[in-house]
Amino acid sequence: MATQTTGVTAEFIRNLGRMYGTYTGGFIGFILLLALLEVVGVPNRILGYLFVFFTLAVYAIIGVMTRTAQISEYYVAGRRVPAFYNGMATAADWMSAASFVGMAGTLFLLGYDGLAWVLGWTGGYVLVSILVGPYLRKFGAYTVPDFMAFRYGGNFARFCAVIVLVCCSFTYVTAQVYGTGLIASRFLGIDFKIAVYVGLAGILLCSMLGGMRAVTWTQIAQYIVLIIAYLTPIVILSTLHYGIPIPELTYGKALEQIAAREVEMVKNGLAVLCTAANCPPGSLKPHIEPFLTYSTLNFFGIIFCMMVGTASLPHILMRYFTTPTVRQARQSVAWSLFFIFLLYFSAPAYAAFSKLEVYTNLIGRPLQELPQWLFLYGSIEHPFNPVLGLLNVCGKAAKSVEAVLAACGSGHPGILRLQDFAIDTDVIVISTPEIAGLPYVISGLVAAGGLAAALSTADGLLLAIANALSHDIYYKMLDPNAPTIRRLTVARVLLLVVAVGAAYLASTKPGDILAMVGWAFSLAMAGNFPALVMGIWWKRTTTAGAIAGIIAGFGLCLLYLLTTRYFPGFGVKYLGMTSLYNPVTGRPLVPDLAAAMAAPNAMEMFPTLAHPLANKVGWFDLNNINCGLLGMPLGFLVIIVVSLMGKEPSKEMQAYVDEIRKPRGRTVLEEKT
Amino acid sequence: MQPSTSPTNEHSHWQRTTKLMLTHLGVWFFFGYIVHMFVVPLNKIVIPILGFPLGFYMAAQGSLIAFVVMLFVFARQQDRIDREHGVAEDE
Repeated sequence: MATQTTGVTAEFIRNLGRMYGTYTGGFIGFILLLALLEVVGVPNRILGYLFVFFTLAVYAIIGVMTRTAQISEYYVAGRRVPAFYNGMATAADWMSAASFVGMAGTLFLLGYDGLAWVLGWTGGYVLVSILVGPYLRKFGAYTVPDFMAFRYGGNFARFCAVIVLVCCSFTYVTAQVYGTGLIASRFLGIDFKIAVYVGLAGILLCSMLGGMRAVTWTQIAQYIVLIIAYLTPIVILSTLHYGIPIPELTYGKALEQIAAREVEMVKNGLAVLCTAANCPPGSLKPHIEPFLTYSTLNFFGIIFCMMVGTASLPHILMRYFTTPTVRQARQSVAWSLFFIFLLYFSAPAYAAFSKLEVYTNLIGRPLQELPQWLFLYGSIEHPFNPVLGLLNVCGKAAKSVEAVLAACGSGHPGILRLQDFAIDTDVIVISTPEIAGLPYVISGLVAAGGLAAALSTADGLLLAIANALSHDIYYKMLDPNAPTIRRLTVARVLLLVVAVGAAYLASTKPGDILAMVGWAFSLAMAGNFPALVMGIWWKRTTTAGAIAGIIAGFGLCLLYLLTTRYFPGFGVKYLGMTSLYNPVTGRPLVPDLAAAMAAPNAMEMFPTLAHPLANKVGWFDLNNINCGLLGMPLGFLVIIVVSLMGKEPSKEMQAYVDEIRKPRGRTVLEEKT
Repeated sequence: MQPSTSPTNEHSHWQRTTKLMLTHLGVWFFFGYIVHMFVVPLNKIVIPILGFPLGFYMAAQGSLIAFVVMLFVFARQQDRIDREHGVAEDE
């Protein structure tokens, strides 16, 4: 029986190329078919439904076909996923709704400064490969807390690691479920709350029956959809405008045109240039000029925190537990980054093409002659602010020509200026096909891609949380004698509970949680990175040192986040925090700290984001998204000091560390299956 | 190759691994941070034909390409070290 299963699996692995090749061909055929239907006159809404339901059905079929009743299949896909395919799965796991839908929009708004995110979300894989990933694969864990528990003497370390994992993954997964709801509601025209649960069903169908195994094979399918969807519109645009179907090369020309147009707009009074003397909101920040949104410290801080955070996020690290060998784990990291790179090096092209379009064809137009697509997005209500739309002119939702004229009032010159115009970052990618006048089938494709990105990341995160709860808390801490069937049942029930919890939270549109996704990186970095790296690279690291390091690093990062966001008055009064500074003018964001503190609501807890102090105070002008920059060094320091104060780890433990460092030989941790 | 598990062999394997790690961290730091500190002067140089300002290009594409290439090179180099010390996995 056992040999038969192995034979079937080997056959399966050999056929992967043909299977996914056929699948990709089938998907392209499906797009062409829908394009044909559009020409014949099938309504847009039907096309949207077909796109969403066809792709969801494919993921569900893969999810059901790859169901499993084996522990090692459920937790690590049987450790049989070849490097190339694991790379693709990791790329889908990694690129979330925020990357797919939001990244290009961020680059549109911030210009050069937005590239901090592009750099931060790619360079971290270098750290994964050289410092952490392959060693954890050799160790043979099912989860990241497994490693912490083994290396650092048991369940207390395990518990700390589970806390860190849940803190950084739960907000993240909520944002993904929210993303699926948003995309589904916009393209299917159903109510947002219902759409969230439709998305939830899609997520559960992929992961519930087959755990890691099912998630792996669906993520590969989702990667193929998302990368085709992301690249198609800009390849078409690049060909139309510059005659070369490689947008990553041609957008250099667009950058030149943008720079020329920027100068022209300022000269014609269509825009106000942001200068050190005067940089009001809505003023023009030249696209290629650095450090206009983030100070130099915060720019490099974001790069560093996102990179180190990448190497500490459990849902990413656990993908490298699934490769057959340590060698393949390393190759797999390289493939992961290659597949991620394909999207991230294209995002600036999206931003440049959209910006050129907006600057040349929108800014400077008479208000009466604004194009129709603008009102389409103006009519979609902003998720957190009902007064605004996703696209606003003169500070109000741009629902129609009349609405725009009323909002701008009689004192307005009647021509759209840059400072009148505000667009939500999520609109850029979604609206690109429409703005360029491409057929609706391309818009449907983009929606399917966004959905794939959100679903695949949500699956990976849910699995990370549910596995930590079922494997680490239930099996390792509560009931170590649980039989296989009960373990798998508990794993599935917990997956369902976490998923429904995330969906419920997402359906309440929690603005704060969505803004906190970037925080997950800093929290993971402060909590996990020092203990993981030192556990592998310094044999002298002791249990007491690691636990103290996790608590100190994670604690400081959390303290900084919570204080600056929720208790800013407390931070100023007791922790010596001062105002952050505007990077261009150098003036403090809170001009008069004493006056702000004297205001009646200064010591209020949980102020809204609009509060005069929230997110505007801190230490060393450090943005709270960069709190890992405080927590991680402290974590390292505490680990070193406390470890040196204690007795060195046992000879046995040091021998285990030696074992982790050599690819050859058995895994250190042998799980019964 | 005969697997050798002598402490000196393991020691030199780890020394070479550490050295490789530090080299790659250095390259990573250069492309992740150092280049971008010079974005303002680099932006004065425009890549011919394509039209990208060099500083912008490095952050948008150059460093990313360097990271991808680095990772494939690292996987090969580390594997060679493992093989030469007889601690690589069997195929």
